[in-house]
Amino acid sequence: MELLFASAVGLLTACGIYLILRRRSFPVIIGLSLLSYAVNLFLFASGRLAVNRPPLLHEGAAGYTDPIPQALVLTAIVISFGMTAVIVMIALSDHLTSRDDRVDAPAGGAADDGVEAPAAQEDAR
Amino acid sequence: MSHLPVLPIVLPAALAAFILMTMRHHLELQRIFSIAGSVALTAIAALLVARASDGQVHVYELGDWPAPFGIALALDRLSAMMVALTALLLLAVTLYAVGAGWDARGRHFHALLQFQAMGVCGAFLTADAFNLFVFFEILLIASYGLMIHAGGAERLRAGFQYVAYNLLGSTLFLFAMGALYAATGTLNMADLGVRIAQLPAEHAALARAGAALLILVFAVKAAALPVHFWLPGAYAAAPGPSAAMFAILTKVGVYAILRMRATAFPESAPALAGLSEAWLLPAALATALIGAAGVLGARGMARLAAFGTIASVGTLLIAAALFTPQSAAAALYYMPHSTLAAAVMFLAADMVTERRGDAIAPGPRMAHHALVAAVFFLGAVALAGLPPLSGFLGKLMIMDAARGHERVAWIWGVILVASLITLMGLARAGSDVFWRPAEGEGRAENREQDEDDAAAGPGPAAPAQPSAALTFVAAFALLAALAALTVLAGPAMRYADAAVAQLFDAGAYADAVLRRP
Repeated sequence: MELLFASAVGLLTACGIYLILRRRSFPVIIGLSLLSYAVNLFLFASGRLAVNRPPLLHEGAAGYTDPIPQALVLTAIVISFGMTAVIVMIALSDHLTSRDDRVDAPAGGAADDGVEAPAAQEDAR
Repeated sequence: MSHLPVLPIVLPAALAAFILMTMRHHLELQRIFSIAGSVALTAIAALLVARASDGQVHVYELGDWPAPFGIALALDRLSAMMVALTALLLLAVTLYAVGAGWDARGRHFHALLQFQAMGVCGAFLTADAFNLFVFFEILLIASYGLMIHAGGAERLRAGFQYVAYNLLGSTLFLFAMGALYAATGTLNMADLGVRIAQLPAEHAALARAGAALLILVFAVKAAALPVHFWLPGAYAAAPGPSAAMFAILTKVGVYAILRMRATAFPESAPALAGLSEAWLLPAALATALIGAAGVLGARGMARLAAFGTIASVGTLLIAAALFTPQSAAAALYYMPHSTLAAAVMFLAADMVTERRGDAIAPGPRMAHHALVAAVFFLGAVALAGLPPLSGFLGKLMIMDAARGHERVAWIWGVILVASLITLMGLARAGSDVFWRPAEGEGRAENREQDEDDAAAGPGPAAPAQPSAALTFVAAFALLAALAALTVLAGPAMRYADAAVAQLFDAGAYADAVLRRP
């Protein structure tokens, strides 16, 4: 189980980092979401993995799992969800005002240099 | 138990929500309440400083749960000082935003400003690492709103980059928290320090990775060299008053480095030996140099101020990286100076931008030409660290503190060279913007005599200013605070020394927070 869990966290992180390095805003946002999933799983595991153990008082429980990471994960999920909503809104209004969704170029920069514009068009396809 | 330590968090939070809910369409009311709230926060901060100066660590347990089970706030001299700095900056920025009419160009400016103050004050007061993360997020969310306030394509693009970079930073912060919790089983800063010091060898690697990651995250917030790329674009594109308020954000990073190194990551712990001194000092030196180079190369006023911020943060980080009592005291003296000077520069940049555009080039004469020039040049004197103002004293103290260090030649060399380059960059920008008439406008020279010519030049700028006087009041209030810091350098230094003595006494902090006898 540990191997599976660790591999999942690693894979999510790797995909997330690959996607953040893309130059369009949509993959970057997906990459940030994947990274936040990875970190949520990681936080969850920081209290050690346990199966079928209640986090709070429970009659007849053989043992307990650490409740703190679950509380931390809950906070982290709420925050990352809110942050994703914010960045989606910013990306949307950026896209609507400057008519392109490149992450790196200065806004409207594609119009300034003719070399970039066709490439951007092609990418947008 | 007195409720005073929680007020700097509760007051802005309640006020922001109140402004949002009851007066979203009444700008005048928003202004009144926002200014009143800032004044009240300043008064509370003064009370906190008075309270903290008795040398005790005042612990406030939220919900009355004892730490480390509950979340605690801790007030000591350092956090009281930082809260006071925040309140002062907030007041000046609020006044400026009202005066320049920035708050009318988009919605919710005052509410966001109050939320930002709440996050910053919380970050300074909390004694819990995860709570520090939460307050970081609060101040960041507010800063996203402030950064893209009033919209515009360029601002939104820079805003997207800023948000993406900071979300990445937040993810790293959480990874660090997870690693530290897995290794030690606690997130209370004082408890972390106690447990890391007695960590068995097999968990040392995890704790070490977590601590290194955490310091890296704080370096991102402080805009230290390899991870500073988000700052110039974001701060240059942000509205002037927002950028001035952001001057405190980089200092939150420096504060967190100081606090964590003193409280949670004792250097004496075998698990953490040599964790950060190997790379923090070179990074700080490089930051100071790159900031100075940026000042020299900047083509816009806002970018000039942004790189000036990076240069002063670099100098501050040098002092923080040395981490001796003397250098930390110098850092605490330089901290308010660096914040206020950067804020003044952002306000001066905004004044110029509002009147004639952002470019550093000869241009038409502006409205209130002499006053704007005075703000810029006084701010430049402060930022470059020239003698009359406190930057000179601060840099002198940092260099003095570095005297016994093995890399003293590097430190002195970098501080002096960076100051010189910053000075050249600021002088170039100032003479271009204020003293050189635009091409084909030779007559402007003749009019140089009549200062304060409100009729302004023939330029396209000079939009209707709701109250230019108020903007100058705000800028000169910040400059007056800098002057006060210079004149009262003796008492300020005594306070900094006492704050550092308290900061380095991790045992007393842990006793107070964990209620150890």
